[in-house]
Amino acid sequence: MHDFTPTAALIGGGLIGAAASLVLLTHGKVAGVSGLYGGLLRRDTTDLAFRIWFLSGMVLTGFVGSAIFPSAFASSWNANMPALVVAGLLVGVGTQIGTGCTSGHGVCGVSRLSLRSLVATLTFVLAGMFTVFVVRHVLGGSQ
Amino acid sequence: MSAKANLAAFAGGVMFAAGLIVSGMTKPSKVVGFLDVFGRWDPSLGLVMVGAIGVHFVAYRLVRRRSAPIFGKTFHIPSRTDIDTRLWTGAAIFGVGWGLAGYCPGPALVASGAGISSALIFVAAMTIGMMIERHVIGASASGIARRSIADRGRRNP
Repeated sequence: MHDFTPTAALIGGGLIGAAASLVLLTHGKVAGVSGLYGGLLRRDTTDLAFRIWFLSGMVLTGFVGSAIFPSAFASSWNANMPALVVAGLLVGVGTQIGTGCTSGHGVCGVSRLSLRSLVATLTFVLAGMFTVFVVRHVLGGSQ
Repeated sequence: MSAKANLAAFAGGVMFAAGLIVSGMTKPSKVVGFLDVFGRWDPSLGLVMVGAIGVHFVAYRLVRRRSAPIFGKTFHIPSRTDIDTRLWTGAAIFGVGWGLAGYCPGPALVASGAGISSALIFVAAMTIGMMIERHVIGASASGIARRSIADRGRRNP
């Protein structure tokens, strides 16, 4: 448990909740990253400007943030190349089939007490825990 | 859309990403540390969710007292309540990918902006995965009917 960072987690989480609330107040939309990003790939998307501005804010903050706090991106564990490709494909397919990810279902949906989002969140957390268990403790791979 | 509306969307993205950076969620090791309940468990991600949901739970109820958002005519909140097979199979597929890489879409986009090579690879693969779902899985035989239902709930996940 010595990696636990409760204060930073709560403050950062509060910021994420505030960001989702700002998006709701100003645009009336759900701040779900997989849905907003996935919409960029569709021809029938009507709120393209909103999506581009929101996602640009995220990417640009990553760029600026890495210059100020490079340690925030220094992971003590990294997946290898084949695992990253498989993982990215699964996340792309899964979030579109399941209509959301950690932000849309996990933060926004659970805050609304949406049953669909509660089921989705429980499912992806358990699937993630099962995957890490298999990779780390059954196969004993990567770290 | 007005310049103010665009600025609000941009500010939302900046705040969201800042929250991910502050909480350590842009490090795959923190995410995998949370998912590793049988190893050296790091509960941080759970507290990130508590903080985010705590704020949004209250703010959502306050904002919904309004008849409309500031820069729009209506709220676009998913109204579906059905628990269909697509919901949990999709979530399960996503969860496996999340556990493998320690990235979900938000942190991956932020880390790709930071120029982290593993995040750039992940985002490229994720984009291809989304296109595969749209054009191959979504467009398959009986997919047309399913898709029209899915699209209704998919507006802003």
